[in-house]
Parts: sequence; C-alpha cells; structure tokens
Amino acid sequence: MSDLLDDDFEDAGGQGPGSNAPEYTVSEISGAVRKTLEGAFGRIRVRGEVGRVFRARSGHLYFDIKDAQNVLASVTWKGQLPGLTVMPEEGMEVVASGKLTTFGSQSKYQLTVDQVEPAGVGALMAMLEKRKKQLEAEGLFAAELKRPLPYLPEVIGVVTSPSGAVIRDILHRLRDRFPRKVLIWPVAVQGRDCAPQVAAAIRGFNALAPGGAIPRPDVLIVARGGGSIEDLWGFNEEIVARAAAASQIPLISAVGHETDTTLIDYVSDRRAPTPTAAAEIAVPVRLELIAQSDALGARLSGALARGMGRRGERLRDLSLALPGAESLLAGPRQRLDMAASRLPAALQAWVLRRQARLAQVSAVLRPGTLRARLRDLSERVAGLDARRLPALARRQGLARREVDQLAARLVPAMIERENRRRRREMEDIARRLAADGARRTGQWRDRLAGLDRVLQSLNYEETLKRGFAVVRAEGRVIATAAAAEAAAALEIQFQDGRVTVSTGGSPTAAPETDAGGQKPAPRRKKPKPEQGSLF
Amino acid sequence: MTDKPVEQMSFEEAMAELERVVRELEGGNAPLEQSIALYERGDALKKRCDAQLRAAEEKVAAITQDAEGNPTGTVPFDAK
Repeated sequence: MSDLLDDDFEDAGGQGPGSNAPEYTVSEISGAVRKTLEGAFGRIRVRGEVGRVFRARSGHLYFDIKDAQNVLASVTWKGQLPGLTVMPEEGMEVVASGKLTTFGSQSKYQLTVDQVEPAGVGALMAMLEKRKKQLEAEGLFAAELKRPLPYLPEVIGVVTSPSGAVIRDILHRLRDRFPRKVLIWPVAVQGRDCAPQVAAAIRGFNALAPGGAIPRPDVLIVARGGGSIEDLWGFNEEIVARAAAASQIPLISAVGHETDTTLIDYVSDRRAPTPTAAAEIAVPVRLELIAQSDALGARLSGALARGMGRRGERLRDLSLALPGAESLLAGPRQRLDMAASRLPAALQAWVLRRQARLAQVSAVLRPGTLRARLRDLSERVAGLDARRLPALARRQGLARREVDQLAARLVPAMIERENRRRRREMEDIARRLAADGARRTGQWRDRLAGLDRVLQSLNYEETLKRGFAVVRAEGRVIATAAAAEAAAALEIQFQDGRVTVSTGGSPTAAPETDAGGQKPAPRRKKPKPEQGSLF
Repeated sequence: MTDKPVEQMSFEEAMAELERVVRELEGGNAPLEQSIALYERGDALKKRCDAQLRAAEEKVAAITQDAEGNPTGTVPFDAK
C-alpha cells in the first residue's frame, strides 16, 4: 500500500519511472492499435442481435450488433450492400462476417460487414413470417389473383437447375402423361444467385412474345428439390415472390418436399407438393383422354343410330296402322260406278227435252214471216222520207211571220212617254215632302223652347239662389226631421257647394263638393278623437 | 352451344362441347334434321380432339442467354 502511495507521489512529481518509455503521437498509437486489431482478428464472424440500424445519406449502412452486455459498432459500405444476403433489420438474429478495424478519429473500433446471414432457423422463420405478413397485406396472396391453369398446355416453361434429379423427374412424368414441348430456363437453385436468377427467369418467360422465335409457354413450373431451409431460402426472397405474383403465365410452384412451404408457394397460381406432382398438375394423361374421346365418339354414333332406329320403328308402326289404299277408295269408287251407270239415261232424257223445245220455237221461225215484216218497214221509211222537205219549209215560213209581227210592235216612243209620266209624279212628291218637313220642324222647335222655360222655373238650384238648401243622406234627399235623425251624416247643398254634417258629433266638412254622394259618411260608432272641427 | 369454329377450339373446349353434343343427342329430343347436324358437329369435334391427342410430341430445349441474362435462343436439352 505504501508503494502505491509512493508511486503516486512520485508521478505527481512529474518525473516518474515510466518517463523513459517511448512517446507516441495520437496518430501513431491509433495506427498501432488498428494494426494490432486487424492482425490479431483478420476476417471474423460475429453472432448477435441487430440493434439500431441507420442508413446514411451517403448510402453506407451503420448498425449495431449486440448481446446482453456489449455492443459492436458495424458498418457496411454502400458498395458492399448488394452482396448482402439479407438486409440487417433491428431485432434480427444474425451472423455478420467482416473485418474488425478501428475508426481512429473517434477512438472506436468497428466491424466492416460484407455478409449478413440470419442466425439459425428461428431467425429465418421470423424473417419469413414478417415478409409473408407484408406481402399478404399488399394483397399478393389474394385468391382472385390466381389464374386458372390451361387444361392442355402446348409449351411448358420450367425454371430450375438444368442438372439434377428435379428436371429429370419432371421430364419423365411429362413423357408418361402427355409429351409436350418443354423449355428449360436454367437457374441456380441455391446460394446468392438463386433469387435474382429465378426472378429474372419468371420475368423472362413472361416477356417472350406470343408467336416469337422462342415459343411462349402456356404454363410455368418453378421447381427445386428438397433441402434445408437455408438451401431453399432463395424461394423465400421478396423479388422471387413478386415476380411470381406478377406472372401473366399461370405458375406452378414446386419447391422442396411437401412439408416445406416457401414464400413463392403463397403467390403461385398452384402449389405442387413435389416437382413430379407439378408435372402431373401441368398435363392430363393422354391415354385417358384418348379413351375418353373414343368413348364420347362411340356414344355419339350410338345415340345417332338409336335415334334412327327408333324413328324407323315408329315409321313401321305407323305404316301398319295406315289403312290400305283400296279400302280408302272403295266407297268413292262405288259412288262413281253408280253415277256412271245413270249418266247415259240422264243424257238421253235431257236431249229429248231440248229437242221438243227446239221444235216448238222453230215452228214460228219461217223465212216468209221475216220477209213480210221487212217489206212493211221499208214502205214506212219511204213514206216518211217523202214528207220530210215540205214539212221543214212550212215550219220555217210560220216562224218568220211571227218574228215580223213582234218587231212591228216594238217602238221607243212608248217607253219615253212612260218615262216622262213617272218623273213628273216623283217631282210632285218631293215638293210636298219638303213643305211638310219645314212645317213640322218649326212646331218641334217652339215646343222645345217652351219646355226649357218650364224646366228653368222648376230647377231647385234656382231656389237655392234664393237661400234654400237641400239636405241629403247617403245620396237620398231628406225631407223630414225624422229621416234626418235616423241618418248618420247629412250632406247639405247650398247654392255654391255642399257641406257634410255629422248628426251625432262634430260636423265634418266634406273636402269635395262633388255631387253623387260617393263620399262615405263618417261612422257614427267610431268617431276618431283626433278629428278636429273645421268650424 | 358456342359459336367458336371447331378448328379454333382448344382441346378442353372441343372436349367439353363434344360432351354436350353427345348428351343432347342421347337425350333423343332433337328433331331428325337437328340430330344429324348434331352428329356432324360431334364428329368434327372428336376429330379435333383426336388430332390434338395425336400431336403429342416431346421436345425439350433449354434457353440460352446473353451476358445480361436476356434469352437469345434455345438449344436441345438432354437430361443426363
């Protein structure tokens, strides 16, 4: 204890026993530490849980790998990132490979990571579960995205390793069932190249144009044999799952054994438990189809033959039921016979009847009768013709005489005389009419003047000039005190105008002197208090 | 009854149509002329199916690719 105290003391004095040790600059010691670290450890693998992950704007990825007690700062440079199998995510259990080195400017040491692998099956399963959830949430597993497989594809595209049992099994089973055209897109089925190559192959098959130089498959099989979860991991990668989901060509996945389920199985249109099963799903069995087709052909011919047979039978049945032609004709034939037998007699009787009538008629019809009638008629025509001209001349002479007589009686003096007589009569009547009119008009004018004088003397307005007044109520003249009492308002007419007087209250002047009494009288029941007297 | 010409039908379509025609003919309700027409159609459908069943040829090829991974053609493939 005393030694320590002494040392401390001596150190405090400034010239300690270490003073002759070599002095480092900071950079020198920093470089020495780096050399020691890198030399001692070289390339190492570190297992731990990923802590904080930070991607810098520069593109470098900084993250922590930790366990319960300690933290190891780690970095993956931008250029190294594409080489990582998995991207470190917080909470992921990983094995990181890289070189331990220092970061002298901050007195830190760190692991430069060039490879990150999930540590153990548990970590892988956890990661797979997470991806599955994400893709499912995006709807990539939706049943309506599943395409129906063609019943009999012409061309089958197979994405798998060109070597190994898988492609052999598939080809074998295809040959057994229904030999088809098969296009193999060779890919790595494990390791880092697996996922990008499988994704590229699915996209490549889809990119083939129908009818192009390379035939476009009608169905795709993505296949791999069994293996550990790490071996099958490429088929759990997101790029593979997305390429399979986007495939326009129906896709059958057959990865690993029946118990292995990889991400591609969820997005494929059909999952086959094994590659062999994929071939069985892809094509039907040719021999079965031939048998089926033949059976249908036989049924087709049979059905037609039966149909014809049935119709033939029916025809025979019907023809048996059909009555014989003889029996159908017998009745009419008998009638014909009977009628035919009666025909000659009827004809003879008819001819005899006609002969008798002819004899009757022809008895009258003799040439002598006709000739006599003709002679009569020509004689009548000759007689009439001889009288034609004299009769015409006679008739003309008569008519002319008649016209001459009438013309002699037709003289204008008669008409003129009649005219003069009528005019004289008319002038006489006009004269008498004028004298009478003047006399009557004079009489009417005198009477009118007399009546006017009487009217002037009777007009009550003349009386008003002498100081009298006319009392009215509601347009009627009031002549008695009793009537005046009964009226609500009175209108009094003086020689120079009218005044309206209220009988109950204060008298109200009518603002207008217009005659006729249209002015409504003020109401006796509700005299307006503010109405002031005009007198 | 589909209007698609028999020559353009896929195997599956032709087979399904053939089955339908056979069932209809077996039903025995079709008039004579129609049943003859049905038979003729069924016969054509069966010929179509048979032709596709006969054309069962195995041809296996592998895709060849350029440096960028684009398909350049095919080579015959023989599984070892």
